[in-house]
Amino acid sequence: MKSLEELAAIRDRMKSRVVLREGSGETRVVVGMATCGIAAGARPVLNAFVEEVAKENLTDHVTVTQTGCIGICQYEPVVEVFEAGKEKVTYVKMTAEKAKRVVEEHLKGGKPVSEYTIGNN
Amino acid sequence: MKELSLNILDIAQNSVKAGAKHIGIHIFEKANELSFEITDDGCGMKPEQVEKLIDPFFTTRTTRKVGLGIPFLKLAAEQSGGHISVESRSREDYPDNPGTRVFALFRTDNIDFTPMGDITSTIVSLIQGADTIDYDFSWENENGSAALSTADMREMLGDDVALSSPEILSWAGEYINEQLAAINVQQ
Repeated sequence: MKSLEELAAIRDRMKSRVVLREGSGETRVVVGMATCGIAAGARPVLNAFVEEVAKENLTDHVTVTQTGCIGICQYEPVVEVFEAGKEKVTYVKMTAEKAKRVVEEHLKGGKPVSEYTIGNN
Repeated sequence: MKELSLNILDIAQNSVKAGAKHIGIHIFEKANELSFEITDDGCGMKPEQVEKLIDPFFTTRTTRKVGLGIPFLKLAAEQSGGHISVESRSREDYPDNPGTRVFALFRTDNIDFTPMGDITSTIVSLIQGADTIDYDFSWENENGSAALSTADMREMLGDDVALSSPEILSWAGEYINEQLAAINVQQ
């Protein structure tokens, strides 16, 4: 059975990496989590981004955050990727599977997955 | 909404937007009933606003910050033979203790009862989204109770580690799952 005391051990293990973890904010992944997003399936999309970004060790420059309704409810789940010095990329009708590909090809590889963007849907 | 846990996520997001510092999510299960309450210490609402919440045609345009969330919850509760209630104290009228309580009750033996679904994922998403808010989560049934308090987590972690760190989120998810399994909650 897990206990709260385990958190102390996790804290100590993480302390050495805390500086790295702060995140420079170079890249922000913003998931729409209003009623429209949640009803359309945003929760697994958010969790997939959080897990994949951690798994690929991208947490030093990629931050995953949540936002409300941005007004294009018919395209939810919507995910926006903001990168310093680049134009915003808006992904629409996202799924957890699509999120994995976006992490791999866009956040890691630097090339947006154009077939999931709003311009192509 | 396909799962009640999604309704809970949605309603709790209203508390986040209301500027709450503490949000309580408590689920109670007994015999043929399941109920939950979501309480917060956010800015609250005036009585006339609370009245409008129930009507989607009023709320979608006038009180946009609440929108369809409450009507969806009401629908889910009533189609199972249950009901919801919303009580609120606006900061203007109650400067010392503003806040909102949303309560919903469901009949679990009704064919139109919406299953709870992945409540763990809802709690983890909430912590991820606003890691300075304190969440108190509990689930009580005939077998006992499961609980997670982010204030307790914070006490163990100190100020160095954010609750939204991936390691902490995955610990929280596993912890809640174990707690729920111990009281025989099926997810």
